[in-house]
Amino acid sequence: MGNRIGLEVSLSAAEAVKMANVDCIAAYPITPQTHIVEHLSELVNDGHLDAEFIPVESEHSAMSVCAGVSAAGARVFTCTSSQGLALMNEIVHIVASMRLPIVTILANRSLSGPLSIWNDHTDVMSIRDCGWIQVFANNGQEVFDHVLFGFKVAENENVMLPLMIHIDGFILTHVIEPVEFWEKDQVEKYLPVFKPVHSLHPDKPVTMGAFGMPFIFSEAKVAQDEPLIQSKSVITAAWKELGDITGRYYKPVETYRNDDAETLFITQGSYGDTVSLVVDELREEGKSVGLVMDRLWRPFPFNEFRDAVKNADNLIIIDRAISYGGQGGPLAIELRSVMYGEKNQPAITNFICGLAGRDMTIKDFKNIYQRAMEKVKGITLEEDYEYYGVRGK
Amino acid sequence: MVAKADSTPSEQVHPLDHLIRTDRIPHIWCTGCGIGTVFSSCLKAMISSGIDLEKTCMVSGIGCTGRGAGYLNLDSFHTTHGRAIPFATGLKLGNPNLNVIVFSGDGDLFAIGGNHFIHGARRNIDMTVICVNNLIYGMTGGQVAATTPVNAKTTTTQSGNPDAPFNLPLMAWASGATYVARWTMLHIRELTACIEKALTRSGFSFIEVLAPCPTNYGRRNREKSLETLRLYRDKTIIKNNADPSELDVDFQKGVILGEFVDRERPTCIENYDRTCRAF
Ligand SMILES: Cc1ncc(C[n+]2csc(CCOP(=O)(O)OP(=O)(O)O)c2C)c(N)n1
Ligand code: SF4
Repeated sequence: MGNRIGLEVSLSAAEAVKMANVDCIAAYPITPQTHIVEHLSELVNDGHLDAEFIPVESEHSAMSVCAGVSAAGARVFTCTSSQGLALMNEIVHIVASMRLPIVTILANRSLSGPLSIWNDHTDVMSIRDCGWIQVFANNGQEVFDHVLFGFKVAENENVMLPLMIHIDGFILTHVIEPVEFWEKDQVEKYLPVFKPVHSLHPDKPVTMGAFGMPFIFSEAKVAQDEPLIQSKSVITAAWKELGDITGRYYKPVETYRNDDAETLFITQGSYGDTVSLVVDELREEGKSVGLVMDRLWRPFPFNEFRDAVKNADNLIIIDRAISYGGQGGPLAIELRSVMYGEKNQPAITNFICGLAGRDMTIKDFKNIYQRAMEKVKGITLEEDYEYYGVRGK
Repeated sequence: MVAKADSTPSEQVHPLDHLIRTDRIPHIWCTGCGIGTVFSSCLKAMISSGIDLEKTCMVSGIGCTGRGAGYLNLDSFHTTHGRAIPFATGLKLGNPNLNVIVFSGDGDLFAIGGNHFIHGARRNIDMTVICVNNLIYGMTGGQVAATTPVNAKTTTTQSGNPDAPFNLPLMAWASGATYVARWTMLHIRELTACIEKALTRSGFSFIEVLAPCPTNYGRRNREKSLETLRLYRDKTIIKNNADPSELDVDFQKGVILGEFVDRERPTCIENYDRTCRAF
């Protein structure tokens, strides 16, 4: 393995993009993504990365440039947050349907309004159904590893889909963490040179983005969904290979002290690390608690999730986004449906918390645990979900 | 509601305080930043122009300049990045009695929102657009903008900017704006007079104001705030009615300031009423 150094997570993300030897980066600045882009611009400027850096005029243009670069058969990266993602939304959907293996980091930040620059998952959930492979990275090392993993999976000839890495804004992007770099030969072995299945070349003309009349549209959509579903085997194989190189084995659903736990916290993103400490403390108090962290968001790992929660009586689902007028946060809505029809029906409590960077400490998660237990003991849950710690409710 | 200035003699009250949400002060602008000066010039012009402040709304996009709308103690609309002009268009067409002022940054108005500017001017929508041009994206930490001079250093052009910047007055003129002027924040009297004029005339008025961003532009380009002000004093030429094609921002050559366009053209609403409502 390469050196282990302390580095801001954004910078190490950019270093990983450099190691992936991308041909082009097109990006527009937005907090808290900016340091990733700025460091990439520096790497290109200083000659450490032989790539085109295109400081476009908006995120809509950033993703459009990425589409063009990728269609021409080159490796491309971009990153954004919140409003930037909202503005690039149109092309986010397009590149998935065009099967362009673009890798993007989303530095998670709340969507306006009110205007906020702080972290939550409202931006993530706004593009749940965009057709990309989506993974959460929970710390600096995971971000580094997943950039290389991202290109490997996205560019696999049986996948050829864009891939988004979710990292919590500020909580990860702006902190310094130890990161173990890879050696160059390890990267070369793990991540082969990009060989596009189709690319725009005058010698072999293809049409991309063509009209899909009703007689073919549904077939085209199924042809897009199937490889996404099937990408799971490529994803798990890529994690296995990554583990064999680095010793870090990632799974679609990560678990912590879950086997014998009566109650499980379910999280996404960097909250997992915090909640693992909560689990330890509650265990010391004699409570039977564990943790399940969803890493792979799309394609959703149904079997792995059901397996991880099969012995539990209670699930406490932590959501960092709202589905206004829906049955709780987007994660809870999804997981209730995943559990429907299962023999073991755990009681599900859902808490929406930590919106726009509101701090969630160990104490808060303990409060949530207590509140969940009260609700469960009342057997029927009077409401499907609860906003945690909101004044005036 | 416009609150009256508190005139307790013992307390020193700034004459513009009644137009400001003082509870939001201190503001976010850095020491040496030019935005505050332009903002106060705009407030002064709003008062001296005699426009009905009860019927005035300020719209801004996102950025350090965009904070202006949030500090104003009148109706204001802090929109998303780049969308100040379309929001303002809706306001004006929805309530033609409003005086609509757009106060935003160069990145907001000419990079991410550039398309809206040319169409606002083309349609000659009755509004006053004030652009604080600090040659960079200030708020996000100093990345290259569509107005950054060639060779200038930014966090995303570390060896210097290879691309040519926009000549904003030329673009405004070519797109159909009926009033176009440019000043620096040092030329505060001229600026205030032009904003006043823009506020009282009809049609799409555009005023570009050069202002320093010492934190993000100055620091990287070895230009302390005071030096930027010296450039504004020594390297500018006042030339009213100058040919818009001469108006590049190039301090080596000298930057032309003044009132460049003042012409009459039917406004969007007048055209609409004549064409679509003349039954
Ligand atoms: C869609 C979107 N993209 C990016 C951003 C991040 N952002 C906020 S302000 C800004 C640029 C500010 O520059 P400018 O408009 O020139 O105003 P200044 O801060 O210099 O006054 C950017 C890129 C955003 N808020 N929304
Ligand atoms: S960053 Fe620049 S534009 Fe923003 S307040 Fe500071 S000096 Fe002004």
